[in-house]
Amino acid sequence: MENRPLEYDYTVAKMFMFTTIILGIVGMLVGVILAFQLAFPEVNTILGQGLAEYTNFSRLRPLHTDAVIFGFTLSGIFATWYYVGQRVLKVSMAESGFLMFIGKLHFWLYLVGVAAVVVSLLLGITTSKEYAEFEWPIDIAIVVVWVLFGISIFGLIGIRREKSLYISIWYYIATFLGIAMLYLFNNMEIPTMLAASPAGESGIGAWYHSVSMYAGTNDALVQWWYGHNAVAFGFTVPIVAMIYYFLPKESGQAIYSYKLSLLSFWGLMFVYLWAGGHHLIYSTVPDWMQTMGSIFSVILILPSWGSAINMLLTMKGEWQQVAASPLIKFMVLGSTFYMFSTLEGPIQAIKSVNAIAHFTDWIVGHVHDGVLGWVGFMIMAALYHMAPRVFKREIYSKSLMATQFWIQTLGVVLYFTSMWIAGITQGMMWRAHDEFGNLAYSFIDTVTVLHPYYTIRGVGGLLYLVGFLMFAYNIYKTMTVGRKVEESELQNASPMGA
Amino acid sequence: MNIAELQAYGYFALTVFMVLVLYGYIYHLYSKREDADGHDYEEYSNIALRDDVTDTPVSAISDDKVHLEGVKRNRRDI
Repeated sequence: MENRPLEYDYTVAKMFMFTTIILGIVGMLVGVILAFQLAFPEVNTILGQGLAEYTNFSRLRPLHTDAVIFGFTLSGIFATWYYVGQRVLKVSMAESGFLMFIGKLHFWLYLVGVAAVVVSLLLGITTSKEYAEFEWPIDIAIVVVWVLFGISIFGLIGIRREKSLYISIWYYIATFLGIAMLYLFNNMEIPTMLAASPAGESGIGAWYHSVSMYAGTNDALVQWWYGHNAVAFGFTVPIVAMIYYFLPKESGQAIYSYKLSLLSFWGLMFVYLWAGGHHLIYSTVPDWMQTMGSIFSVILILPSWGSAINMLLTMKGEWQQVAASPLIKFMVLGSTFYMFSTLEGPIQAIKSVNAIAHFTDWIVGHVHDGVLGWVGFMIMAALYHMAPRVFKREIYSKSLMATQFWIQTLGVVLYFTSMWIAGITQGMMWRAHDEFGNLAYSFIDTVTVLHPYYTIRGVGGLLYLVGFLMFAYNIYKTMTVGRKVEESELQNASPMGA
Repeated sequence: MNIAELQAYGYFALTVFMVLVLYGYIYHLYSKREDADGHDYEEYSNIALRDDVTDTPVSAISDDKVHLEGVKRNRRDI
């Protein structure tokens, strides 16, 4: 056999980079359409009455959330795993035919799953559980995809040269175990064809329909234990894994305190799983459980800020890099948004604040400053860092990246400020009453008042989408016409064209 | 004492226990500074900074099995 020096093999990482970008565009585009539907209801029938079934808000909404969570974010997690995993374990995918096969199978089955999700959601086939809308055949496919991801993680760990697992690997393992547990328990369901009614009917409903194994308050509890921890193990843990690798690598700075990274990890694992109850404050779940959700949410500030401050302090003495490199800007602002949304979340989880915030647009604003400012920025930064190493070309345009950064930052700021104002206005109007206890406003009064803020939110989202298209174009040009670079140029700061 | 009360006491005891474990771990990290292999925890930051396939691992899985020391090798030849 030809005696070539060993190199990392990014075949699977590349495949997932493509889905990250494509599903990001789809998910964000649908999000922008939804934002304008809320501001201008006629957008619901933008393709005419005949197609209104497929273009209305309720049909598109799960497509938006699932495309950005399970499409964009998950692809980003997989892409970075197949890149970072090899590098910090110092072992190449090319060394194991088995792991390469598993990696490719992982990608193709994932793609089949994505296609099934898109088609079924557009057809309106759903279990009606938020972020867990997929019917049982798709759930089974997702479990298989997840098991393949696990084989890939532990397989690569099994043949590693570096004995100690870098902190990012801890976070990737936690992502795998956390989502596996959450997904299995929340999606326990019985196909209706196996059920029988009291009247003796059997084989009820279509073959793919199912009902949850839990009912009433129990269903809500399991759902929000899942829902909130999907944020934990989908939007927090794997993104922390990314920043712990990409920020030190791109800046050439060692992590400020490795010990702090270890204890923040265990702190996060210990606290996060108890916080989901804050979604059910003032509901029918036991009061002590609501209080526990509140308290653990507030404690959650500590481990979250432990990681975020650790990242900001990693830049100590090197702040000129933030000014000089748009790639570092994305990561530093991402970390800052992480601090910001992990402070905002606990505030909303305090019972008296929740009395105003619950069910309002402030919650939507909170989610989006986290996902746009932290998850989106970090995944794009990761792909920007990976592109020159994967394609062996310099990043096509630094100025395009800088422009994208400012457009998207403006977009995020417009998004969350408009939703703060809208949410608090909404919350105050809903509870306002006269001296006899009659409500001061009807629902439509709030809608009228909120219209300008909904429009601003739509514009903010559109700016973010425009920035994302610039990102996609920059990566495409990097791949095709970027200047070819040598290995020696790829040590730390990524090479960028003007 | 009914089952709900038992659960509540159990939950409280578990929380206290886990808090003690977590603080014990923090105390251990900062007082010992080194892990069982004698590596200062802070050395592990270098796993990300020196991550070429030919770089020397911070803590090699086994010194006799893998000894890279800047030598490019290909496991497929073995």
